Amino acid sequence: MALLTIRNLTVRFATSTGSFTAVDGVDVRVDKGEVLAIVGESGSGKSVSMLAAMGLLPDTAVVTADEMTFDGKDLLRMSPKERRQIIGREITMIFQEPIASLNPSFTTGYQIEEVLRYNAGLSKKAARARALELFKQVGIPDPEEKLKAYPHQMSGGQCQRVMIAMAIATNPRLLIADEPTTALDVTIQKQILDLLMELQEKTGMGLILITHDMGVVAETADRVQVQYKGKKMEEADVLSLFEAPKHPYTRALLSALPENATGDRLPTVASFLEGEVK
Amino acid sequence: MSVVVEGKNIIRDYHIPGGFMRPARTVRAVKGISFSVELGKTLAIVGESGSGKSTLARIIALIDQSSGGELKIEGKAIDIAKQKPTREMRSKVQMVFQNPYGSLNPRQKIGDVLMEPLLLNTDIPAAERRRRAEEMLVKVGLPAEHFNRYPHMFSGGQRQRIAIARALMLKPTLLVLDEPVSALDLSVQAQVLNLLRDLQEEFNLAYVFISHDLSVVRYIADDVLVMNKGEAVEQGSREELFAAPKHPYTRELFAATPITDIEAIRERVARRKAMRAATA
Repeated sequence: MALLTIRNLTVRFATSTGSFTAVDGVDVRVDKGEVLAIVGESGSGKSVSMLAAMGLLPDTAVVTADEMTFDGKDLLRMSPKERRQIIGREITMIFQEPIASLNPSFTTGYQIEEVLRYNAGLSKKAARARALELFKQVGIPDPEEKLKAYPHQMSGGQCQRVMIAMAIATNPRLLIADEPTTALDVTIQKQILDLLMELQEKTGMGLILITHDMGVVAETADRVQVQYKGKKMEEADVLSLFEAPKHPYTRALLSALPENATGDRLPTVASFLEGEVK
Repeated sequence: MSVVVEGKNIIRDYHIPGGFMRPARTVRAVKGISFSVELGKTLAIVGESGSGKSTLARIIALIDQSSGGELKIEGKAIDIAKQKPTREMRSKVQMVFQNPYGSLNPRQKIGDVLMEPLLLNTDIPAAERRRRAEEMLVKVGLPAEHFNRYPHMFSGGQRQRIAIARALMLKPTLLVLDEPVSALDLSVQAQVLNLLRDLQEEFNLAYVFISHDLSVVRYIADDVLVMNKGEAVEQGSREELFAAPKHPYTRELFAATPITDIEAIRERVARRKAMRAATA
């Protein structure tokens, strides 16, 4: 029941000093109704691999893969027009900086109605009604008023709720959330994660959660994929990963968590130091 | 034990000027906070954005003035609104900021970054300044050869080491650390936290450690002060606070912090399985 399958994905960027490989032979598979967490530190290629699947990378990026299919449809060999039927409709994405993700010059209501009219094909009137419904669904207080508000008039948590409302507007089958709570306070983070999980359970959509936070992984994922420097280190269901991590990098990451500190000092990722000491 | 820094009923007001049809108002960002930190100890100030924790940090670091209350450093009352602090007083308190990409001048070599506090605050001759800077680089775990490099040549963790080294150049007794590891990756965060522990032991430093991350606080703090909307909602030793948080806001913070507890994961996985079986 694979929803999205990517095999041997490689992304190279052309830079002034030659080619740089950001993602190096990574496989990603997410099933229907599954929550997959992709964990890694900065530079692990976790965001780039998902942007590649969405086709959102700049022209300097060279994307190759043995297979990239969504629900059996080949994303690599379809025309841009066909791909646009899937991206933004069946696969949607939310990003780390909710306030920066929204256009500051338009009201949130205008922006979500735009999605509903162009991607869901609703009339202006129907779009307005559906926008209100969506705002209610994602728990935005005072939804009628908030549809007329500009992004700067809302908090970070509320902007992320608007982003989520836009992302689920087309009833997607896969939602990719790229560090959706990193810029938010912990109490707001909990609310947003609870909302995402509730929506996932209700709609049965697939959810890919990109994060660097092991705590977030522990509280949301069904399956986890650990990435480091563009390569996949380990893949396991969430319980086995935390109970018995196989790869030394995963073990190092878990023991570097301050909450797992046993002695006076935190164990460091000694064998993986080459990134820090040049 | 000697108290390094003591605050009594510290207040900070911000005045927001009025405009057309809008009266001027005053926002009280810090509403009367008292605390003290002893030599070699760490006070962690925890709170979410808007809690006033960074404002308080800036007041303790003698960068911002308070609007009321009393701040004492090594027993001496100091009010920068009334009198500029002496060089000696400035040397005693140093600060490390959250973002090591923003806190280092990109056009300044690392050696100059480290020597500048000595140049401005002391009469130490150039050769000695250089010697001390190289020594400090080694102390924070960087090779002395990096002296002539520019900030862009370093990773985030290395830059934060440089920022810490700069703060230590004047041999302060108190270091104010404003979210020093929040911008760093987990594995690098562990290294910097270890470094901070080692340095505290070696120089017998007092830390005021600002953070929003409870697991980091549990690791590094001796005492904890929880702030919400400018008020200290709870204050106490780390053991007490983590064992039995009293204030509802502290409990809410604890409940919201994601943890990697195996039993909790097992429970959640079982619940999701049951739910899926029910819908299928």
